[in-house]
Amino acid sequence: MLISEQKPLEEILNYLGRDKSIFLIGCKGCAEGWGSGGEKQVAAMANTLQEKGKTVTGSVVVDMLCDSVLTKLKLRAYKKEIAASDSIMVLTDGAGVQTVAELVDKVVHPGCNTLSSGGAHAEWKEAERCLECGDCVLEFTGGLCPIARCSKHLLNGPCGGSQGGKCEVNPDITCVWQQIVDRLAKLGQLDKLERIVTPKNWSVSLISGPPVKRLS
Amino acid sequence: MKTKSNLERVLEAGQFAVTGELGPPQSADSEVIRRKAKILKGYIDAVNVTDGQTAVVRMASWAACLIGKEEGLEHIVQMTCRDRNRIALQMDVLGIAALGINNILCLTGDHQKFGNHPTAKGVYDIDSIQLVRMVKDMRDERKFQCGEEMAVEPHLFIGAAENPFADPFEFRVARLAKKVAAGADFIQTQIVYNVDKFAEWMKGIRDRRLHERVKILAGVAPVKSVGAAKYMKTRVPGMDVPDDIIARLQGVPKEQVSKEGVKICVDIINQVREIEGVAGIHLMAIEWEEVVPEIVEAAGLLPRPRFVT
Repeated sequence: MLISEQKPLEEILNYLGRDKSIFLIGCKGCAEGWGSGGEKQVAAMANTLQEKGKTVTGSVVVDMLCDSVLTKLKLRAYKKEIAASDSIMVLTDGAGVQTVAELVDKVVHPGCNTLSSGGAHAEWKEAERCLECGDCVLEFTGGLCPIARCSKHLLNGPCGGSQGGKCEVNPDITCVWQQIVDRLAKLGQLDKLERIVTPKNWSVSLISGPPVKRLS
Repeated sequence: MKTKSNLERVLEAGQFAVTGELGPPQSADSEVIRRKAKILKGYIDAVNVTDGQTAVVRMASWAACLIGKEEGLEHIVQMTCRDRNRIALQMDVLGIAALGINNILCLTGDHQKFGNHPTAKGVYDIDSIQLVRMVKDMRDERKFQCGEEMAVEPHLFIGAAENPFADPFEFRVARLAKKVAAGADFIQTQIVYNVDKFAEWMKGIRDRRLHERVKILAGVAPVKSVGAAKYMKTRVPGMDVPDDIIARLQGVPKEQVSKEGVKICVDIINQVREIEGVAGIHLMAIEWEEVVPEIVEAAGLLPRPRFVT
């Protein structure tokens, strides 16, 4: 089970910026189990955002958000609401955020940090999508994770070895930074990449943190 | 002037700069460095000393710089994020500045997979852009990355690299802009063989007036053989070797190929020199240092100015 917790409200509001209308998405799997993005938390977030002057155009809590097929089916019913929204806020782990980002041509904000996979993995079998870094960066990268999918975990854009959409380390690896640039270009958000992303806090990551943490 | 760097003075004086490259040995042999340094002295303004290029274990860049310094060369220490976290990087930055090295080139580093220890754990705690910013903050704000202050700051002229031939091409100018915003004083590019594409990238640089804020040195390198050119074209990631370069090498008798390679290099220097915003060249004749004097002379770049500091 992927273990996540909500990001601080201040950070979430900072992500939303001037976006007025928001569509909320939660998950009845891991995020409900861990109280970060189930029915209850999505309803609470809708209230909070409305108190902060945002319009919540609608919300849905999908059984398994990381199941791309299921999520696609579910979101179909909310086509109108999503189209009317400035952006989407997803309250679940990194895998769920990336599922939505792959399906919808809208800016997708991560509302949670993924702390651990809890010994299991999401329903997204074909590739590693989330490295449980504990400080989700999907906000700045178009909903595609450079921590899990860039060979050098780069945060400020592609290295000099990206060619023809492939990673220099292995031609079987797609360069995630090419995908990030393509997606942000499509969303008209390339300016997001002009900002210098500061050094990451690895202390909350399982990569350099203690082997067992935050589960107590 | 921000530093005691000779390179900074050459560039600030508006002189067309020439930097070279020196690869430290895969051993503790200091003579290799002295021999290469003697060849390069007087023909370049500063020499880059690589930091475990292609992820192969070699003598540490700062140590090789120190040996070369005894031969009277000015050095650019290369520093990659592949093998050190932010703690080690800052310790080395303090050390190199204290040892009197005036220039640093901040790199992410070639992936460990390409080297002779492919099972090593890559570090990548920070990336090259964050490294540039970190060194700048140490120098100009007298602050460590954590925000704590230091008593004596490292006076380093800060460089970064860029590859105009990598993808996504449309992001390459923006990436350079980030390096400039982070605090880069000079840029050295990937080797230019495709001058047209380089010129297109430089146009993007001028459109954003970045050339007024950072000194751009075009990477150049002589090719020794047809095989080497083909290898770079097909096997080296991020390299762009047009077919006409290979055709030129194939068009001369075998014993003339390396000479033609030198001629091509001089031609490219002359072409990039004409491009507005190019402040110098970075001449990479790795394991072929003896050809550097000939190239610099043929390109009309002698004598090199020398600023006493």
